[in-house]
Amino acid sequence: MRAPRHRARPGHLVRPAAAALLGLLVTVGASGCGTGDVDAAESSTLVVYAAASLQEPFEELGEQFEAAHEDVEVEFDFAGSSTLVEQIQQGAPADVFASADEPNMDTLVDADLQAADPVPFATNTLMIAVPTGNPADVTDLASLTHDGVNLVVCAKAVPCGAATGRVEESAGVEFAPVSEEQSVTDVLNKVTTGEADAGLVYVTDVKKAGDEVEGIDFPESDSAVNTYPITAISDSAQQELGQEFVDLVTSESGQRVLDGYGFGRP
Amino acid sequence: MRALPRWVLIPGLLGALFVLLPLVAMAARVEWTEFGRLITSESSLAALRLSLQTSLTSAAVCVVLGVPLALLLARSSFPGLSILRSLVLIPLVLPPVVGGIALLYTFGRQGLVGRHLEVLGVQIAFSTTAVVLAQTFVALPFLVISLEGALRTAGTRYEAAAASLGARPTRVLTHVTLPLVLPALVSGTVLCFARALGEFGATITFAGSLQGSTRTLPLEIYLQRESDPQAAVALSFLLMIVAILIIALARRRVPA
Repeated sequence: MRAPRHRARPGHLVRPAAAALLGLLVTVGASGCGTGDVDAAESSTLVVYAAASLQEPFEELGEQFEAAHEDVEVEFDFAGSSTLVEQIQQGAPADVFASADEPNMDTLVDADLQAADPVPFATNTLMIAVPTGNPADVTDLASLTHDGVNLVVCAKAVPCGAATGRVEESAGVEFAPVSEEQSVTDVLNKVTTGEADAGLVYVTDVKKAGDEVEGIDFPESDSAVNTYPITAISDSAQQELGQEFVDLVTSESGQRVLDGYGFGRP
Repeated sequence: MRALPRWVLIPGLLGALFVLLPLVAMAARVEWTEFGRLITSESSLAALRLSLQTSLTSAAVCVVLGVPLALLLARSSFPGLSILRSLVLIPLVLPPVVGGIALLYTFGRQGLVGRHLEVLGVQIAFSTTAVVLAQTFVALPFLVISLEGALRTAGTRYEAAAASLGARPTRVLTHVTLPLVLPALVSGTVLCFARALGEFGATITFAGSLQGSTRTLPLEIYLQRESDPQAAVALSFLLMIVAILIIALARRRVPA
């Protein structure tokens, strides 16, 4: 009697664990199959990696592209430019890359992943964003350094932070921000929630935020114009299609879409 | 132990490999000649110091608030107790970013509590206090869950005996209940510390990111990734070592 009971007990303990492991294996297997499916369908799916700030205009352009190419579906991955470059370097299946700044595009070119020379297609400048009502009475760059103004900017390591540094330099001011955020979206968020009294973001971000923030222009923004380059990727199996998307973005109708979201022309 | 079926071995080892392999892969990516310089840069040291300081504080706050809470959950009975028990575990399942958003609407300048503090001249947003709040929020359930379990397992026999011999409730608590669950208390506190050390999402959402005041080690790693991936790898490795030390410490203090 005793022996079988002893054998049975560990079995009971192990069964849920085995089920969990089986679940894990099935999931891994399924995602493996998923990749296969993407490969099979790749002939009709164009994958565009684009800087997060391009989301709205690019989704609009993607619809235009799909309308013009019946059997093509455009898929986007919007993220920070440096993250996207890193993923492309690690073999992510991108056909087109649109960067929010030139240094990140340079990284891609250094790795020789461009199908053609990158083309500048848009520019963006910084603007002061304040919560609606402007509680801290911010008027210009100098007023951002006043005591009691909670200023939030991008960290120096990300493109919008580098632009902020150039603006500081040309205006001859030194900011003492309460936070240096990871992305311009994080900065905007701190302003829309009223945590920050002011933030330095792109003109396009102010436009996107609508009524939640007020934008304040400043002349020194000309010293830090961000240029957005785009290119098709050389590893892609459909470089021609990628190039067609690049052509759409740089065409007059593409430029008009970008204008509508506040981007400047290069 | 001898009764384990032999087939358990393979998935078991696979499981161990699954956890260990990424750690090995990361260690292989560290540029050892640069390691010292990368982890002793001013920003890295500031992040490490802030991380240790805030995590220790959070662990202490977890003990102060978590022990009474676990006692309430394990030893008292009142309507809604089971609902409360489920609710306090919510931070375990919430994505930390959601926790950060919730904290923002509580302690932020316009938040439920924050706007009253603002009137008193206290601002939590963008301060080290915000980091501690974020860490405590995500770490507290770890202490509560391990301590409550231990309290239930320990039962109330010894407490009843002590009380029948005339010990007052506070004396029963400090001389009988807590010593009985000390191992769980220690391991729960270490878990809290470890969870606080790794906290990222709630901190970056709620506290912001500034060297020396809110940029903890995980935030520094995330930021370094943007400009200096090698530094990010080196710092990740450093954080991993700290984590291993914590686990080793917890294991030694609490014999199985």
